[in-house]
Amino acid sequence: MTRARCRALAGVAVGIVLLAACSKASPNALEPKGPDARSIADVAWLMFAMATAVYVVVAGFIIVGALRGAKASRISDNAFIWVGGLFAPIAILAILAVVTVKTTDSLRTPDPNPLKIEATGFQYWWAVEYPDEKVTTANEIRVPAGRPVEIGLHSKDVIHSFWVPELAGKVDMVPGQRNVIRFTADKPGEYRGQCAEFCGLQHAKMAFLVVAEEPGDYERWVIRQQRPRSGPSSEREAAGEQVFMRSSCAGCHAVRGTEAQGTLGPDLSDFGSRRTIGAVAVPNTRGHLAGWIENSQSIKPGNLMPPVQLEPDELLNLIEYLEGLS
Amino acid sequence: MTVTEERPPTPEEEHEAIEILWEEAPGTPGFFASVDHKRIGMRYIYTAFIFFFIAGIQALLLRAQLTSPDSQVMGPQTYNQMFTMHGTTMIFLFNTPVLAGFGNYLLPLQLGTRDMAFPRLNAFSYWVFILAAIFMYSSYLVGRPPAGGWFAYVPLTNREYSPGVNMDFWGLGVTFVGISTTVGAVNFIVTIFKMRAPGMTLNRMPIFVWSILAMAVMVIFAVPALTVGTVLLEADRLFGTQFYDPSGGGNPLLYQHLFWFWGHPEVYILFVPAAGMVATVIPVFARRRLAGYKWVAASLVAISFISFGVWVHHMFATGLPALAMSFFSAASLIIAIPSGILFFCLIATIWRGEVEWTVPFLFALGWFLIFLLGGITGVMVSVMPFDWQAHDSYFIVAHFHYVLNGAVVFPIFGALYYWLPKMTGRMLDEKLGKVSFWIMFVGFNLAFFPMHVLGLLGMPRRIYTYSSGLGWDTLNIVITAGSFMFGLGTLLTLINFLNSKFRGQPAGGNPWNADGLEWSTPTSPPPECNFESIPVAAGRHPLWDSEKLEEAESGTDEATKSMGPSGALNRQTPILSGLQSGPEETMEIPEPTYTPFVLALGIAVIFLGLLIQAALVGVLGLVVAAIGITTWLWRTESDLQ
Repeated sequence: MTRARCRALAGVAVGIVLLAACSKASPNALEPKGPDARSIADVAWLMFAMATAVYVVVAGFIIVGALRGAKASRISDNAFIWVGGLFAPIAILAILAVVTVKTTDSLRTPDPNPLKIEATGFQYWWAVEYPDEKVTTANEIRVPAGRPVEIGLHSKDVIHSFWVPELAGKVDMVPGQRNVIRFTADKPGEYRGQCAEFCGLQHAKMAFLVVAEEPGDYERWVIRQQRPRSGPSSEREAAGEQVFMRSSCAGCHAVRGTEAQGTLGPDLSDFGSRRTIGAVAVPNTRGHLAGWIENSQSIKPGNLMPPVQLEPDELLNLIEYLEGLS
Repeated sequence: MTVTEERPPTPEEEHEAIEILWEEAPGTPGFFASVDHKRIGMRYIYTAFIFFFIAGIQALLLRAQLTSPDSQVMGPQTYNQMFTMHGTTMIFLFNTPVLAGFGNYLLPLQLGTRDMAFPRLNAFSYWVFILAAIFMYSSYLVGRPPAGGWFAYVPLTNREYSPGVNMDFWGLGVTFVGISTTVGAVNFIVTIFKMRAPGMTLNRMPIFVWSILAMAVMVIFAVPALTVGTVLLEADRLFGTQFYDPSGGGNPLLYQHLFWFWGHPEVYILFVPAAGMVATVIPVFARRRLAGYKWVAASLVAISFISFGVWVHHMFATGLPALAMSFFSAASLIIAIPSGILFFCLIATIWRGEVEWTVPFLFALGWFLIFLLGGITGVMVSVMPFDWQAHDSYFIVAHFHYVLNGAVVFPIFGALYYWLPKMTGRMLDEKLGKVSFWIMFVGFNLAFFPMHVLGLLGMPRRIYTYSSGLGWDTLNIVITAGSFMFGLGTLLTLINFLNSKFRGQPAGGNPWNADGLEWSTPTSPPPECNFESIPVAAGRHPLWDSEKLEEAESGTDEATKSMGPSGALNRQTPILSGLQSGPEETMEIPEPTYTPFVLALGIAVIFLGLLIQAALVGVLGLVVAAIGITTWLWRTESDLQ
């Protein structure tokens, strides 16, 4: 029976590991932050419970069976085969089939009046559009907490997959077709998403954030994005804008209300209010931004942005300008 | 031969004459010409294990990179190449061929015949395998290994996003190696239906043979889909067609359908023979007959059928209609039923038997405890909503390693301990074997169990690095430690094997007191001709069923003339037919020949020509292949008589 004790200990150890892991800030599918992920988590917990029971019983039979020696048995071969091999699996699978159909049905039912967003995957970032609001952003999806969101998923190059574990399961972004993902964030918060389909060199650094805000805050952000641009608020920002328009930046990036309308890289219209740079590669601080502009290849090798050579004061002005975009 | 004219030869003289006749040329010429299934089988096993250790080292390097966040052991390019080659190698160059190797070695012995149905085709399939392996690995020599993943999804693997020959090594190499698997499967099927010993009706066939039959049938139907998939991929890459390009009316999901129509049966192509090994080993060491033999055979066959209805569960996240996907979800659930039956037949065997704790039994037990979890998580991921979270996360990495490593590699290791004594004539060390098993078992679970958790904590697959602060750090350290431990365990078995070559105890004919016909040969390794007289199978466990194994005698007619020693003396073996396995005719076993090697070489040159896009090289390959196939099929006057 020492073996059984070993297994019990192992179980406890696994539990501790699980707890340790869960206590950190993971994008944890089992700590859902919205109804869609919650209904999946409920299925998961149900299955974990069933799985544990099945494992313990079946492994118990194997281990006891191997250790019990040549004693006579009251259980016949046929009893094992019919009950263990046939009836029990059929009963369990029938339950799971019902659960599958019910959960799939509820997850796939469209919500009335959702917030509509279109997201497009690129190697290795995300373009985000709000067609009704006529707002464009990138790598950060702002949504009002509590309101159902429906995102159309596209790709312009290879297959990507849109996954925010705390909010919903994943859906692929396949070139040539439009898939849809639906979720609702219960409360304001920041939910990490990541590309889940291998998409090339920097698949690992193709992440994004879903930022859920109080509806009022979200409305204010939308209105700010819809307003015509007011010009630079300081001399340094004005100088930075000039650098942006003159150098290679404007060729690839767009800033709303300016002549910069590039589409090869992320739209930067609200860059100053974003939390990260390079699709969650690094936090959006002035230091990281300077490093990114000078040589993003050292942070995220293989992304499309070439190193940009600037004089120190040009760089400072450019950063001032970019951080002022909101 | 003058002796035979004067008086009938004594058994000793006959025995000696048979040995001389079947002896093969030594050295390199003999190596390239051999058509003996035992030699080819062992070559398969040894070659496959070389790739097992190569892919294992790749796995450990990948783990070294993932041990800590933002680590710099290797860059993204190297990492992506390495995980591509790790998967490709394990599937195409280790798991598939090693099982083919065991099948090749064991089938004729278990069936009670002198060789495979097509000995030259057998040699050919080995040469194709090794040349395809060299073809794929030469990508490292020119510094251009593929990096598009072992599954090579388009559009990432088309010319635009994967320029250079890297992915061509993969696309052409996989197409090439598919030839080997397919002809091997044909050979298995014909051998099973036409070469069974007298008395070996279908319901007396060894379970391992059933598993090889189920596997071979799956191969025949599954591999063509893969070949179509990779040929269209290469057509898109090399000739600019647009099968998978949406801008030209193609569809990237078409590739996924083709790939997984092979890819999921492939899992069972590997799992089923491994299960057959377990079902062979368990009764031997539980010292009783297999419980529910017919159930086991039926469930292996059922698995092979149902395996063709589950491929879309790899595509639950691609946006297919829910109703269509629910059929595949249901099929994926249903396949658990034959697996469950198989499982409980073996449990019943153990329960009502008396276990002898040998190393092969331990590995079978490891299979139970690991596959049980892999099977359970397999049921979980066929539940669509759960799969939408688990898919392409580390949960899946955990799941399929429990199946492909745990439920396939563990039985293969058990099979090594069980059958190597027959193959080499020497036992492996039991004590070292047990140490190796426990280190592998503990290491395996440490390496792969935490991956389930990691996946649910949001870690996607195929990422070369991650940031700290996501709660993934500790688990990754545990996983790396476990993987190195597992590697150490496998190394101990390698040491055990090398050691047995020099110091192993002689095995004798039947060291395990086992039941199958392969153990009836008086020596280990078996005589070159396997059986001087073809044995008669009196039951499912021939060596347990009667005190002394009955042997068939040569008759005077065409059908039975090769049953006795005279058949061995003439390099012949009987062909038997029908459910009852009645004698039908006599087959000449071909002499050693270079033609299979020449044909395989010719095909390799054709693929090389495609790779470097040189028409001349391709034509040269065609010429060599034509020479090979012509000499192969050429009949001399004496052949025709």
